[in-house]
Amino acid sequence: MRDNTVLEMTGIDKIFPGVKALQNVDFSLNKGEIHALMGENGAGKSTLIKVLTGVYEKDGGHIYLAGQEKEVQIKSPQDAQNLGISTVYQEITLCPNLTVAENMFIGRTEGVIQKWGWMNKRTNEILKSLDIPASATQQLDTCSLAIQQMIAIARAVDMDCRVLILDEPTSSLDEHEVEKLFKLMRDLKAKGVGIIFVTHFLDQVYEVCDRITVLRDGRLVGAYDIAELPRVKLVAKMLGKEMDDMADLKGDAVSFTAQENSVPVYEAQGLCSNAGIKPFDFHISKGEVNGFTGLLGSGRSESVRAIFGADHVTGGKVKMKGKEVKIHEPIDAMKNGIAYLSEDRKGDGIIADLSVRENIILASQVLKGPLKPYSKSEQIRIAKEYIDLLSIKTASTETPIGSLSGGNQQKVILARWLLTHPEYLILDEPTRGIDIGTKVDIQKLVLKLAGEGMSVTFISSEIDEMLRTCSRLVVMRDGKKVGEIQGEDLNQESIMKTIAGGEEE
Amino acid sequence: MNNEKKVFSLSGLLHHQLFIPVTALVLLAVFNLIMDPSFFSIQMGLNSEGNHILQGYLITILDYGSELAILAIGMTLVTAASGGQDISVGATVAIAGSVILRLLCGASAREPELQMPIILAFLIAVAVSMVFGAFNGTLVAVFRIQPMVATLIMYTAGRSIAAWINHNQLPIVTDKSYSLFGTIIPGIPIPTPFFIAALCVTAIMLVLRFSTLGLYVQSVGINEKAAKLNGINPVAVKILTFVILGMCVAVVGLIKTSRLCTINYSVIAKDIEMDAILAVALGGNALSGGKFNMWASVLGAYAIQFLTTTLYKYQVSSDALPAYKAVVVILLVIFSAPSVREKMAAISQRREARKNAGKEAA
Repeated sequence: MRDNTVLEMTGIDKIFPGVKALQNVDFSLNKGEIHALMGENGAGKSTLIKVLTGVYEKDGGHIYLAGQEKEVQIKSPQDAQNLGISTVYQEITLCPNLTVAENMFIGRTEGVIQKWGWMNKRTNEILKSLDIPASATQQLDTCSLAIQQMIAIARAVDMDCRVLILDEPTSSLDEHEVEKLFKLMRDLKAKGVGIIFVTHFLDQVYEVCDRITVLRDGRLVGAYDIAELPRVKLVAKMLGKEMDDMADLKGDAVSFTAQENSVPVYEAQGLCSNAGIKPFDFHISKGEVNGFTGLLGSGRSESVRAIFGADHVTGGKVKMKGKEVKIHEPIDAMKNGIAYLSEDRKGDGIIADLSVRENIILASQVLKGPLKPYSKSEQIRIAKEYIDLLSIKTASTETPIGSLSGGNQQKVILARWLLTHPEYLILDEPTRGIDIGTKVDIQKLVLKLAGEGMSVTFISSEIDEMLRTCSRLVVMRDGKKVGEIQGEDLNQESIMKTIAGGEEE
Repeated sequence: MNNEKKVFSLSGLLHHQLFIPVTALVLLAVFNLIMDPSFFSIQMGLNSEGNHILQGYLITILDYGSELAILAIGMTLVTAASGGQDISVGATVAIAGSVILRLLCGASAREPELQMPIILAFLIAVAVSMVFGAFNGTLVAVFRIQPMVATLIMYTAGRSIAAWINHNQLPIVTDKSYSLFGTIIPGIPIPTPFFIAALCVTAIMLVLRFSTLGLYVQSVGINEKAAKLNGINPVAVKILTFVILGMCVAVVGLIKTSRLCTINYSVIAKDIEMDAILAVALGGNALSGGKFNMWASVLGAYAIQFLTTTLYKYQVSSDALPAYKAVVVILLVIFSAPSVREKMAAISQRREARKNAGKEAA
């Protein structure tokens, strides 16, 4: 082991029934380094992290830590923590109703007497040294998500962690918060902590990381210094092909002209719901792809939820192809040919314990009615058809959807809605937290469906993706529709301006 | 459809849901075989009416296990959809039985002739039970009260309501035809409750086969929010499961009162809810809801009755019975605890991996 290495994993194997999740993977982390772990979903990133943190036991290979003569055995998360390996997940795993100080010291105090004064003082010192704007006695859930994440990191750092794993920490943060997090990461790096950073955002990798390790299909592709691996090459290595799919898609700006005098497929006037959005007008024509954009919390998801009847609709007139309809419940929307892929895949999308087959047929079955079930053989035929069509990676039609990777779960949900043959498809963040290959697949699919005459509303927090697919963008700010951008104005700059609120100039 | 499944695999067998109830039945059978093989003897005897009837412990199990099996059907659905259990079924069995007797015996409770056809009285009792089921279901689905807490109301009040229906009198049905449902039909030496249970199981299997009830119930139980976004009405589905349980309760009310041709409000179907819940659990169904296997619950019901009858044979008094059943509950809870399951899965996984490694080497 070299001097400046803090962690070295060699020849790691992990076998699940029927799948070799990791095969002979090497990984090394230096002191004071931010190291990106990249790979498509199913590449083995999470498995490697779980082996390192003791959630899974490895089936082969060795793990060495700086300062330990022999190889270390990590058999439980507790072992990992004792060895100075800490993980901060995308979902905050602290207690929201305790104070910041209590969260910092939970499970770490000795004896039965709590030294409150000392705890608070110590917490404030740590917060100050890491420049985290929170106070020890504040209740955790009064802090923003980003601050909560930083507190989780501070807690890890205070436990003498030498290896800090950040698993998709930026997924639910806005740009400003991400900046703060990066500053904290750089501070820790200067203090000599080795950081493993797992993310799907390429920009962030290039902004903050020193090295990149790429995995594919459970094997190591390679470890590279950031300078020697330009973006295109990284994508190629992750996908395992040299072709640049992303460039393929960019091409010309998307334009769309509705046919003269055509009636919009969907049209809403003064639509609003109890989820905190102000009345807005919206329409979409046959074959059009448009989108809602805005910062997190701007109401872009709430708008489409109102369209689908997912939240309680409190007002507005809705017309489908010129005919007035009432949409109060999701089933009303479905009957009118609207499909909605929700933002929260785990919470609102998948039925985790049910099979891929049952998850695919669900919405279509509900539309068919409770007394007309698809026969088992029909279900299998349909499931197989869509598994092929969307190239869903699953062991069989009977595999529980919960055991699939995120990207493949998303494809199953997409299959579910495509099976209802909607006229109007709403995709709310379909590409969040999934691998680049699937992202590109989904964007291509959206354009293909629109070409076949389907109307699609596409929401993504990556403006690039929206520009590649949408011909018109509705911009939201603080629950209000503040603009619509189309045609020549449809570029990053004008979108940013509208989001930021420069329309009065 | 899946060729891999045909290969014999120990872990596959261990994971099959029917494994638990079948194992329980086999263990009990083996225990009895060793202790006293006469447990399995069946004789043809005569009942007090002079009709031929099969007698023996197995027949008792078939007879009383059938009541449990019927209740287990409804309890399985309620458990799957709402992640909780209905503890009022014993009390509502009393209500259903009381309604039937009130209708058959009239206001004086002693009318010598049936006051209406049995089938009509039964159907009215079914309707009443469904209303009580809907009441429980509404508390759970609309007001979002924990199922056990919500059904505590009927658990407490049910037997009083049953007594009130008959003005606290003890109606006695004198017409012999009423006893057919709880004993035997002349000429057929097998207890009628078994046929009624078979009918109920067939009915629910047909419903599950020819409707989407199973899919809806499981979807709501696993992820209510997602189910709603797929156009399912979770409130309706949950209430429906309680209504179906209500129907099961009415059937058991008929069998129970038919056995005695009368009713004892405070004793009838006492503690039967616990056995019904145990049947669901013994069937390997998660008591926290979600996926279910109806056959496993039905087998679980007979396994519970097998245990009860075995204990009775060895002169365990009915007061001491719950203590023995508690042992079963402990074993079940431990077996289904996530940590134990993971351990067992890991062990079978390792064994599999070793087997595969051996194959590859060869």
